[in-house]
Amino acid sequence: MQKAEVLLSSLKGGKAPGRLFGAVIAVKDVISVVGMPLTCASKMLEGFQPVFNATIIDKLLSDDALIIGKLNCDEFAMGATNTNSAFGAVLNPVDKSRVPGGSSGGSAAAVAAGLCDVAIGSDTGGSIRQPAAFCGVYGIKPTYSRVSRYGLTAFASSFDSIGPLANSVDDCALVLDVISGYDPLDSTSYGGKLPSLSPISPFVQNEFTYSFNPDEHPNLAQDTNTPVSDEQPNSAQDTNTPVSDEQPITIQSPADTKDISKKLKIALPKEYFGEGLNPEIKSAVEEIASKLVEAGHIVEEVSLPNTKYAIAAYYVLTTAEAASNLSRYDGVRYGKRSKINGTLSEEKNRAVSEEKSGTLAEMYINTRSENLGKEVKRRIMLGNYVLSGGYYEAYFGKAQKVRRLIKNDFTKIFKDYDLILTPVTPEFPAKFGEMPTDPLAVYLGDIYTTSVNLAGLPAVSVPIGCSSQNLPLAAQFIGKEFEENTLLSVAKMLESLLQ
Amino acid sequence: MSVTIDDVKYIAKLSMLKFEEEELTSFTQEFNKILEYMDQLNELDLTDVAPLYHPIETGKGQLRKDEVKDSLPIEKTFLNAPAESEQHFSVPKVIKEK
Repeated sequence: MQKAEVLLSSLKGGKAPGRLFGAVIAVKDVISVVGMPLTCASKMLEGFQPVFNATIIDKLLSDDALIIGKLNCDEFAMGATNTNSAFGAVLNPVDKSRVPGGSSGGSAAAVAAGLCDVAIGSDTGGSIRQPAAFCGVYGIKPTYSRVSRYGLTAFASSFDSIGPLANSVDDCALVLDVISGYDPLDSTSYGGKLPSLSPISPFVQNEFTYSFNPDEHPNLAQDTNTPVSDEQPNSAQDTNTPVSDEQPITIQSPADTKDISKKLKIALPKEYFGEGLNPEIKSAVEEIASKLVEAGHIVEEVSLPNTKYAIAAYYVLTTAEAASNLSRYDGVRYGKRSKINGTLSEEKNRAVSEEKSGTLAEMYINTRSENLGKEVKRRIMLGNYVLSGGYYEAYFGKAQKVRRLIKNDFTKIFKDYDLILTPVTPEFPAKFGEMPTDPLAVYLGDIYTTSVNLAGLPAVSVPIGCSSQNLPLAAQFIGKEFEENTLLSVAKMLESLLQ
Repeated sequence: MSVTIDDVKYIAKLSMLKFEEEELTSFTQEFNKILEYMDQLNELDLTDVAPLYHPIETGKGQLRKDEVKDSLPIEKTFLNAPAESEQHFSVPKVIKEK
């Protein structure tokens, strides 16, 4: 309320209101906000006081948003249920006996329960889209590098993307537009021009062209690794790409809101509708496909043949990146430090280390073992295994190549299609107490979301109604790099179609 | 590839983590299951495929200008330090006394 009063008085002082004037925004607790805790839902960061704002927070604040607080999540954003939190689980506001999804479970639940206008989440393998689907709200994972990661606690740096969750497409679009853009503090953030996303322009296709010119950046290393199987001339592709007599797409004026007759070409990848998909979710997404056909768009089945390898590649690469990123939690510069055997502690005399250096290694080991949760430790261990001598090429090197194949699959489809339509999750949210205990079974639930992060593409989770058990149903649209506008415009069209 | 409990102990050491015996046993079982699943990557012929390190290859690695700027003040740097002494992070003694 105090902040709201400050905003109001600045308005009286003649200051023009920002684009998010008075918007109530809450933030997943993996993002740094000065004056609020930053726990990452881990005991490790108990009492931690952020010393700088994440770039997205500065952007939100400079457009007059009200940041009301932090939201629970899975520890270090690792999980799909929001039950891996040092602070306990988040309940799904739609059905409190069920999980809200994760890792941005608190973000989705807060929006669904009306606690804030927009929540900020992060998505490494589905962590915005899956909880959005489980709680019946919109959630968009932008193109990797559209939004600065400065101030986002790193999980898997080549996957992590920050994005908004909200009850309306317009709110998502506006907040995403505000937080997008190059940031000198994140060298991976995209340096080219990005078209405005708000207001959403109806189906302005191919409006985005890369403005990045390598000649202007002589310091950049030139990439010699050109995609290998990317440019095969229309061989396998033509079998699932019916000939189209569509005229080449012309650029529409964003102001031309009347002409939404432009046909979209939407791909339905058959691998996303196969075994393991709940039949009710399947028919709901197929229903959306029919609605789009009725609305005059073209929907066709395609194949993304390497989809079945996505989860394996994803968990090799993200655990490896996580093992490296989480080595910083050693109790030296920040975070909790555990007491050391025989000096400050009454801790039982466990054999902790063979290191001759003694207490320093014990300090590291005790700190990490006592303060990190089980899933986080599991992923650090897996990551160090796939990176360790003898296994590096067998797992890590291989997974990076598979990442290329998965990206190539998408590139091929996007030569002929504007969007890909899929389910978000194979199942409805689990009830507490009925969740699988086997970690691999939990990982397999990410089947429809991880490919998008491997390829760095944008994707949106769109609520499309209620199941027979009154649980939210959702569809995912995957778009071309930096073409979030197309995603948002189709989401907005569905928003009005389904009302 | 199958993992033994000794492998898991070795990885724990690399990871600076310690576990009870029963945790080591359950990790070993879980890892074998997960790695068996990951082994399906071996089905693919990857001979001529270049690795993809960064998902958006256009415009990667934007370097900012190398300019001298103010960084975090020292007191902020030490705000979250579990132990500090004379503007240094202090840790348990590493060098052995005679």
